[in-house]
Amino acid sequence: MKLLVRILGAATIVSLTVLVGFALFVVPPDVIQGEYARLIYVHPATAWVTYTAFGICAAASALNLIPRTRSMFWDTLAGAAAEVGVVFCGLALITGAIWGRPVWGVWWTWDARLTSTALLFTLFVGYLALRRSSGPDEKRARRSAIAALIAIIDVPIVHFSVEWWRTLHQGRTLLRPDPTIEGVQLFTMLWSFLALSLLFAWILVHRFRVERLQRQMETAELDRAIILRRKEIKRAGVMQ
Amino acid sequence: MFREAMLVMRKDLLIERRSLASTAHVIPFALVMLVLFAFALDPDRATLDKAAPGLFWIAVLLSALMAIQRSFAIESGGSAFEFLKMSGLGPTAVFLGKAAALGVQLLVLECILLAGVVVLYNVDVSAAVDMIPVCLLTTAGIAAVGTIYGSFSGAISAREALLPLMFLPVIAPVLLAATRASEAAIGIGLDYGVWVQVLAVFAVVYLAAGSVAFGPLMEDA
Repeated sequence: MKLLVRILGAATIVSLTVLVGFALFVVPPDVIQGEYARLIYVHPATAWVTYTAFGICAAASALNLIPRTRSMFWDTLAGAAAEVGVVFCGLALITGAIWGRPVWGVWWTWDARLTSTALLFTLFVGYLALRRSSGPDEKRARRSAIAALIAIIDVPIVHFSVEWWRTLHQGRTLLRPDPTIEGVQLFTMLWSFLALSLLFAWILVHRFRVERLQRQMETAELDRAIILRRKEIKRAGVMQ
Repeated sequence: MFREAMLVMRKDLLIERRSLASTAHVIPFALVMLVLFAFALDPDRATLDKAAPGLFWIAVLLSALMAIQRSFAIESGGSAFEFLKMSGLGPTAVFLGKAAALGVQLLVLECILLAGVVVLYNVDVSAAVDMIPVCLLTTAGIAAVGTIYGSFSGAISAREALLPLMFLPVIAPVLLAATRASEAAIGIGLDYGVWVQVLAVFAVVYLAAGSVAFGPLMEDA
């Protein structure tokens, strides 16, 4: 397992290096958007990772609620995926704002996709706050799993209501019959999806491991405290 | 099940009537907000006319937060929720009953706020009939989500901070749809039907989700 994680880490570093090389040096500037178009090699991939992370969080939460598959493993995975997802969602919003300023003339606009991404961010910030609440682990895990699913069912409602409200965002670049991107630009964009997915997987594995170790440490500390207390009681008994 | 839900609703409303907490806190808070909005937006210009539907629903949402906290605070004293669990009532009935009680309180609040908006913001509500489905569906959505999240926050510390953090992002599409539908109802917006549909879908989805999820939530509370 350790070896697999190391291979994943090495693959992530290599793919990110290739991405930086292509995105900054190989791909020529865009005819219309100039250097700003280079953000297309980061921004869509961060959004993709965000949706993947929240999808994993929802799936793990659902598995934690089913009695047959209930386990703290799924709770830890859901928490780790949501944390990494919130970071990538924040990155998607920031890179979008950096691109929006020169192209649209504003840092922020109430465009449908921007607004629904911002709401998604706040939904999962609330979920993470709930995860930090006190209480027995199993009860907190079940509560968090329900909260994740309640948040997830809001996503399509948010998406469609905001879509009907207003749309300004650039249309689809890749997922259409005649993609508006080709050649080395298309390769670099697809590579960004691979590189950031590997980065996500690597961070997720480590976040999951840290969370598990933290839980083990808390249990070990409690056991140690109980042993110490028993020794104290025993010593006091002997002295009497 | 509906008889049991009615029992829970009656219990909550009876406690509210006797304690008068909503009358003493929630309604004055909502009215103060209406006055403060006018200070912030300059009532002499046409801004208030246009913003009135949004301000109305923001006032309802923020006041709903107080009402939700109140709805679960009455269960935390004297182990009342433990007795409710042991009463043999089904969790779905408890959820629907508590949501209905919250909904009734919100509808009363909306009527008072609507009068406030007409008087203070000089809004023409001659097409008020169109506002009835908007108010009913929005209230159902707020009450359903509020009851789910109220039961979460009832079991944890720092509930005052957590409830708005979880509740407001989920309810955001309701604020959007209710405001647009209200604008259309008073003749300053379009697509009334579409927004009423969004409100209906939201209310049905969250009433169903709450009915399913309230069992495990009650165990944990």
